[in-house]
Amino acid sequence: MSPLALLARLGRLALSVLASFGRVTLFALDAVSHILRPPYYPRELAIALLNIGWLSLPVVGLTAIFTGGALALQIYAGGARFNAEAVVPQIVAIGMVRELGPVLVGLMIAARVTSSIAAEIATMKVTDQIDALVTLSTHPMKYLTAPRVLAALITVPLLVGIGDIIGIMGGYTVAVQNLGFNAAAYLQNTVDFLETRDVVSSLVKGAVFGVIAALMGCYYGMNSGRGAQGVGRATKGSVEAAAVLILAANFVLTGVFFSI
Amino acid sequence: MIRMENVHKAFGPNRVLQGMNLEVPRGTSMVIIGGSGTGKSVALKCVLGLIRPDSGKIYVDGKDAADTGDRDAFLARFGMLFQGGALFDSLPVWQNVAFRLLRGSLKRPTDEAREIAIEKLRRVGLKPDVADRLPAELSGGMQKRVGLARAIAAEPEIIFFDEPTTGLDPIMAGVINELIREIVTEMGATAMTITHDMTSVRSIADNVAMLHGGVIQWTGPVAQMDDSGDPYLDQFIHGRAEGPIEAVR
Repeated sequence: MSPLALLARLGRLALSVLASFGRVTLFALDAVSHILRPPYYPRELAIALLNIGWLSLPVVGLTAIFTGGALALQIYAGGARFNAEAVVPQIVAIGMVRELGPVLVGLMIAARVTSSIAAEIATMKVTDQIDALVTLSTHPMKYLTAPRVLAALITVPLLVGIGDIIGIMGGYTVAVQNLGFNAAAYLQNTVDFLETRDVVSSLVKGAVFGVIAALMGCYYGMNSGRGAQGVGRATKGSVEAAAVLILAANFVLTGVFFSI
Repeated sequence: MIRMENVHKAFGPNRVLQGMNLEVPRGTSMVIIGGSGTGKSVALKCVLGLIRPDSGKIYVDGKDAADTGDRDAFLARFGMLFQGGALFDSLPVWQNVAFRLLRGSLKRPTDEAREIAIEKLRRVGLKPDVADRLPAELSGGMQKRVGLARAIAAEPEIIFFDEPTTGLDPIMAGVINELIREIVTEMGATAMTITHDMTSVRSIADNVAMLHGGVIQWTGPVAQMDDSGDPYLDQFIHGRAEGPIEAVR
């Protein structure tokens, strides 16, 4: 391939990435404007709150408890190399609350919620249900996207908070049952060590990741190609985009909250 | 009245509509026929604003459809039966039928909306016990009837039917054709149907338009269809493989 052709290909790639970024940004702004403007669809919001929040609790709880337990074992084993086994409560707390809680909940939501939103909306698109909504004087962004994004904004921070607590309790259980820690001292150390900033960063990350997860599901669903293959591609693309954006946003937010 | 003037629409290199002109007088039933992929659905979607034409004008009662101001009020004048029904599979049948009556500018109390939905279901030959079932639990013919009930629920002035008999057995197709004709007549609505089912055309149409090559090849009253002398129309209505329309073997 000649250098010029390579350059042209790079240029096309850069343009296509920028165009996609622009389309997603416009879609996000449109979603926000529909969240703010009436009419509102409380029934759709209630269903989205149930699906995204309540029904994600089991998977979030299980992910958090196993991660917290494994984290305690790792910190204990690693700390033992330089006689620092006692820091398990502090590191589990900071690890769960600052990083693992929000990131793992975000990724689980991307797997569970983004995929289901994308598949549902994409199927609606390929079966003309989106066009049917328009002919029935109902804006698809308002009826489908706004309730889901708002529900994710409300529930994912709560899920992250719950995940943080369950993760810490997973570490606590392993530390007290297997590693010989004193129960009261473990909890005291955890509470003393955590700062408000840690908790706020966790919840803010949860809100941002939730919005990313719901937006990607809706965006890929609304822009799905035709047929079963279109639905499959939309679902796959939505989860990939949500996961990568969540990890990238995590890096940026960690920098914002904790760079001195 | 619906008037399409020199409407063009292309998807990439595929020029679907290439200057379509059509007039549908108020209270009449126009059926657009044409082979698969000739742009019949695109034409309907252009009128509704689901697809924006590249050029040309579409007027509904003399007003430009692209510049309607209150889009809700504009769309509230239309009802549409989609080819596959396009029923919302997360909602029970009655909520599908009463969708427009449960939200937006035509919102009614829930009980009243349900009553209207059940009455419309009865109008299309479905029993009230269907009301609480989900669309996925119904046969193709029943789904089509529910789609028809939804299209007429808010008593629209203009109704579009997209391939109303596709996928149905001949008897059910006949029933749907009769229902459409009856409903359009009793509501006094303007109807636009797209189909390639000639039995449908003869049952539903006052006027027929044949779309071929992106333009209306022939249009006229259904009674004149058989004596049009137009080789394209003749080939189509008699289902001949030989003729001016290229048939891929």
